Amino acid sequence: MTLDELEIGKSGVITAVNGEGALRRRLLDMGLTPRTKVMVRKVAPMGDPIEIHLRGYELTIRVDDAKDIEIERVAD
Amino acid sequence: MIFALGGNQNCGKTTLFNQLTGSNQHVGNFPGVTVEGKRGTVKGHPDVEVVDLPGIYSLSPYTSEEIVTRDFLINEKIDCIINITDATNIERNLYLSLQLMELDIPMVIALNMMDEMRENGNTIKIQKLSEALGVPVVPLAAVKNEGVDELVEIAIDTAQHRTKPAVKDFCSGAVHRAIHSVAHLVEDHADRINVPSRFAATKLIEGDEPMMNALKLSDNEKDMLEHIVTEMETETGTDREAALADMRYDFIEKVCADTVIKTGKSKAHERSVKIDSVLTHRIWSIPIFVGIMAVIFWLTFGVIGAWLSDGFTVLIDKVISLIDMGLTSYGINPVVHSLIVDGVCAGVGSVLSFLPTIVVLFFFLSMLEDSGYMARVAFVMDKTLRKIGLSGRSFVPMIIGFGCSVPAIMASRTLPSDRDRKMTIILTPFMSCSAKLPIYSVFVMAFFAPYLRPVMMIFLYIFGMVMGVLVGLVLKKTAFHGEPVPFVMELPNYRMPGFKSVVMLIWDKAKDFITKAFTIIFTASVIIWFLQTFDTRLNVVTDSSMSMLALIGQLVSPIFRPLGFTDWRAATALITGFSAKEAVISTLSVLVGGNINAMLPTIFTTKAAISFLVFTLLYTPCVAAIAAVKRELHSRSMALLVVVGQTVFAWCVAAIVYNVIMLF
Repeated sequence: MTLDELEIGKSGVITAVNGEGALRRRLLDMGLTPRTKVMVRKVAPMGDPIEIHLRGYELTIRVDDAKDIEIERVAD
Repeated sequence: MIFALGGNQNCGKTTLFNQLTGSNQHVGNFPGVTVEGKRGTVKGHPDVEVVDLPGIYSLSPYTSEEIVTRDFLINEKIDCIINITDATNIERNLYLSLQLMELDIPMVIALNMMDEMRENGNTIKIQKLSEALGVPVVPLAAVKNEGVDELVEIAIDTAQHRTKPAVKDFCSGAVHRAIHSVAHLVEDHADRINVPSRFAATKLIEGDEPMMNALKLSDNEKDMLEHIVTEMETETGTDREAALADMRYDFIEKVCADTVIKTGKSKAHERSVKIDSVLTHRIWSIPIFVGIMAVIFWLTFGVIGAWLSDGFTVLIDKVISLIDMGLTSYGINPVVHSLIVDGVCAGVGSVLSFLPTIVVLFFFLSMLEDSGYMARVAFVMDKTLRKIGLSGRSFVPMIIGFGCSVPAIMASRTLPSDRDRKMTIILTPFMSCSAKLPIYSVFVMAFFAPYLRPVMMIFLYIFGMVMGVLVGLVLKKTAFHGEPVPFVMELPNYRMPGFKSVVMLIWDKAKDFITKAFTIIFTASVIIWFLQTFDTRLNVVTDSSMSMLALIGQLVSPIFRPLGFTDWRAATALITGFSAKEAVISTLSVLVGGNINAMLPTIFTTKAAISFLVFTLLYTPCVAAIAAVKRELHSRSMALLVVVGQTVFAWCVAAIVYNVIMLF
C-alpha cells in the first residue's frame, strides 16, 4: 500500500520511495528512506496535504506525493 | 578569521547568531552571488567574523539557498563551520552535518536545545558522539546563552589548528567502494576547481548536475562514472539517490543508538501536538487563522498602535512647535523657516508618527513566524493556494508582505522552484505593506465616519488580496502555467520566541524606519518644499499653485482624470510615493499646509478618495522593493515589468472602481 492510504493515527514502515527528480530527492533528504517508520498524524482542512510523524519530528507532504511512498502497515 | 554558521531551519540558528554577535551585525551580500546574508563580529573576539548561512536541510542543489550555501562554503576561505543542530531532533539534523563534513573544512557541531533535552529527562553522550563523528561537539542552550562561550573557544581552537573532520567513511561495502572509486576518478578535476574530491564523488553519484557541469568530465570519465554507479546500484539493490541518503541515515541511526539516551518523551513535542489539535484542526484551523489575523490587525491599528501613535504624534507636534517657536523668536529668514517647519518637519513628522504602529505590526509578524505558527498556516492553506498555482509555502512571504515587501521578497528565496518564486514575488506587493498604512489611515480618518473607518481599513487590505488572487489566476493560466513544485515542509515544535531575538528584530525595524524617515522622506520633503515654494524663475511664490511643482503636477494630473482626482497635488504625491510609500502622505502634508485631515476633502471628493486609495494600494512598489525584485530575480526587465505592469493595472482597476461607485 502507499502512504496516502494509511488512516489517521496509523503507522507504516517505508519499503520504497518512488517518483523522481527534486521531489524524490527532497523526500529522501528529509529522512523518508526505506525502513523508516512513519505515522499519519492528520489531514489538512481541505483534505490535502497530510501531516506525518517520522524520526521524532513532523513533516507535511501532499497526498499526490504520498502516493509515491510505498509502505507496509505496522502496529503502533 | 571567518566562521560560517549553518544548520537546518528551526534549530535556533538566528538565536545563536544573535548571542554570538550581540549587536555587532550587518547585512551584506555573499560575495559573487547577490543573496544577502547577515554577518557579524563575535563578541569579545574582534578578529572573528561569523556569517549566518541560510537554513537548509541538505546540500543537494534544489533550492537557491542550498546552492548559495554550497558555493559559499566551497569558494570562500572559511576557517571553521559552526554547524548548529537541534538535539531534540538529532537524526534529521545530522543529515546535513554529514554532508558538511565531506567539505573537508574544520568544523564544530553545536548541539542546541540541550536544556529541553534535560527537561525531558534525556541526554546525549557528548564525548562519544564527538568521537563517532570525528568533529568536536559542544552542548548548547542558545536561548539561555549556555555554552556559547565554550563554543567560541572550541571553534577558534579548531580553526587555528585547522582540524578537519576525522571521520569520512559512513559505511562499508558497495557504496563505500563506489565513493572511493569515483573520488579517485575525478580527483584532478576536483582539485582544479578546489572542491574536495570526496564531496565531488558523493554529489556525482547522487546525479548532481551543477557538480557534473563544474567538473567538466571527459566522455570517457562519464562512462566510467556511470559504470561504477550502475555496479553499486545492482549490488545494493537500490538506486543511486536512495543509496546515499540511506547510507547517511543508517550511519546516523547507528551513532544515535550509541549516544542518545531517551528516557522521557519530548515535552515540547507533546505540547505542539496538543496545540496543533486546535490550531490545525480540520474545521477550526481556518476560522482560527482568520481570527488571529483579525486580532493582530485590530491590536496593531486599533488598540496598541493607535494608543502609541497618538502619544507619539503629540510628542512630535510638541517638538515641531518648539522648533517653530525657537526659529521665530530667533528671527530667522522666513524662507528658511518655511523650509524647516513646512518642509522638513511637516514631511518627516507626518511619517515618523507611524513608527509605533509599524513596530507593533512587525512584532506580531515575527511572533507568528518564530513561534512556528507560520508553517501551520502554510499547511492549512496549501490546497487553497494551489488553486492559483502556488504552494502553501508562498503564503509565508505574503504574510510578511503586510509588514514590508522587501523582506517578503527576500523570504521567497526559500521556495524551491523558480516559477513559484517569480509568482510569489509578483503577488507579494498586493499585500498592503506597512508603509501604505499611513496613507490608508490618514484618508480614512479624513473621509469616513468613525464607525466606517475599521470597515474601510479591512476592505482595503482584503481588496489587495482579492486582486492578488485574480492576478495569480491570470498568471497561472498564461505566463506561469505548469505544475507547482513539491510541498515538503517541516512543522517545527512550537517555541516561545527568544526575548532577545524579538527585541533585536524590532530594534532593527525601528532603526530602518527612522533611517528611512531621515533620508528618503527627508530628501523628498526638501525637494517637494523647494519645488512648491519657488516658481521657474526661482521667485518665492505666494500661492503654491503658481510653483514649479504645480507645473509638473498639472502635466501629469490629466492622466488621473478618469480616476476622479485632477488636483496636481494628488499627482505629485503619487510620484513621490515611488521613493517610499510614506512619502505620499509626507508630500500631501507639505503641499496642503496645515491640518491634513481637514484639508484633504478640499482636494478629493469621497469617491475620488476611494479611487485614490485603490490606486495607491495597487500601483508600483517602492524603489527598495523594486531593487529587491531585481536582486532576487536577477532580471532588470522583470523589475521594469513589475513597475509598469502594476501601475497600468492599478490605473485600470481604480478607473473601474471610480466609475462604478459614481453610478450610486
